[in-house]
Amino acid sequence: MENIIRIENLIFDYPREEGKDVLRAIKGISLDIEKGSFTAVIGRNGSGKSTLAKLLNGLYVPTEGVIYVENWDTADDNHVWDVRQTAGMVFQNPDNQLVSSIVEDDVAFGPENIGTAPDEIRTRVNKALNDVRMGEYRLKAPHMLSGGQKQRVAIAGVLAMKPKCIIFDEPTAMLDPKGRHDVLRIIKNLNAEGITTILITHFMDEAVQADRVLIINDGEIILDGNPAEVFSHADEIKDAGLDVPVAVELAVRLRKRGIKIPDDVITVEDMVDFICQYK
Amino acid sequence: MSIQVRNLSHVYNKGLAAEQKALDNINFDIYDGEVVGIIGHTGSGKSTLLQHLNGLIKADCGNIIIDGKDITKQGISMRDIRRRVGLVFQYPEYQLFEETVAKDVAFGPKNLGLSEAEVESRVREALEMVRIDYDEYGQRSPFELSGGQKRRVAIAGVIAMKPQVLILDEPTAGLDPGAHKDILNLIKDVHERQNNIIILVSHNMEDVANLSDKVMVMDRGKLIMVGTPQEIFSRRDRLEAIALNVPPVTEMMYEVKERGIEIDTSPLNIKSAEDVIYNYLKRIEMNR
Repeated sequence: MENIIRIENLIFDYPREEGKDVLRAIKGISLDIEKGSFTAVIGRNGSGKSTLAKLLNGLYVPTEGVIYVENWDTADDNHVWDVRQTAGMVFQNPDNQLVSSIVEDDVAFGPENIGTAPDEIRTRVNKALNDVRMGEYRLKAPHMLSGGQKQRVAIAGVLAMKPKCIIFDEPTAMLDPKGRHDVLRIIKNLNAEGITTILITHFMDEAVQADRVLIINDGEIILDGNPAEVFSHADEIKDAGLDVPVAVELAVRLRKRGIKIPDDVITVEDMVDFICQYK
Repeated sequence: MSIQVRNLSHVYNKGLAAEQKALDNINFDIYDGEVVGIIGHTGSGKSTLLQHLNGLIKADCGNIIIDGKDITKQGISMRDIRRRVGLVFQYPEYQLFEETVAKDVAFGPKNLGLSEAEVESRVREALEMVRIDYDEYGQRSPFELSGGQKRRVAIAGVIAMKPQVLILDEPTAGLDPGAHKDILNLIKDVHERQNNIIILVSHNMEDVANLSDKVMVMDRGKLIMVGTPQEIFSRRDRLEAIALNVPPVTEMMYEVKERGIEIDTSPLNIKSAEDVIYNYLKRIEMNR
């Protein structure tokens, strides 16, 4: 399979005020992201995961090492817009991402800025809003929407740029249960349609739905694999100040009491299946 | 100390096309020392209710009686209400503004007109409660701290006013699992030490289930259920109908039951789910 993102020996330092040491947020990461894949990135606040996200779409450039997005070097000024169109970003707070007073204007903002023809803008906006199931709200004011709906509009705004990859930085952190559920379903649909998906999250039940899970701690990748592989390292994950998914936690506890539970019981569904085989 | 709310209603944009009944005839009692969880989807009226409780919004009609005093009456001093009722907003770290952590926490108590010595002692006590070391961080800028630390400092600013009612709106939103646990523990500590009423609004059903003595459920401006966590989360279908859910472990127990297995769906936390599943599997094993 082809890789859409290649990261080689990445180091990133935040400059500090005079007289202070720089803060090294990324301490040597090499990583490839396969086209069409769904990768979840987990790490505590300050672990470097959001910094990594901002490096991926050229908001920051590497201090050392190199990042290629579709073979464009993110540090190359001539291709910064190519990089950003290829890899779109959705942030935590939808209120900070919406700019217009009408939903469809907001979605049109990106394509307008790159000089897309009006007919094409119309087509893209309609498709993007339908993809996030917000078509019927296209003439509403964003501030009248719920958090989950706003976040879906923000996603539509990114979709209208026709990205090949979307990086979601804790997109559900501020949402209620329904909003979280809806946004996650949209993310999974978009991935199923071929958009490479990188989901940064603190919710382990979201992470288990990815094909691949990366755990970042203190600027380094400490675990990388499919959810079953990664979450079998429950102790290491807890040492990094993180949680494991509910089903994994239960499995660990039940194993300690002598119940034999297979290692690939990771999701709630897995655990339900496991229990239900004993009737 | 207790709270009585009677026939409380509030309408936004009264008389306009966008008129919306945010609170619709709300009635409830909260007793001394209770921890109350409020759940409801976005727009259900939770935040409007909180703002009434600390006098930020004046009631259209109805009464809010806190410690025997009706705060909806004319001539009630706002300072008096806020001395009793402390509100920690969502993402309170965005409200930090002072040059140093100590000054930021001192802002509230100072405004209560307390002596300098008293303010100083309250700042130390509040920072200790949120586990921020005064000597290490007191003179630092709050903006140098991590997200979790900033939030704890912001909460300390409210705790330092020693409110008899402490209201927290989504106190754990956006935090990593470690910082999330820190905040929950700190809420428990504050409750133990100040023995105040705590009102917690959260989308995290597990937190609500495990912290609250009583849960109140809001939907479209109405208070539709009040009960113990056990009572409320035994009504999964009713909650789902209003876009809410039960804690993840509880959801798992329901799914097992739906597959035709006779199992207790009451566990609200991992420990009790573990016991129920263990006992079920052992019983099956013995019958073989």
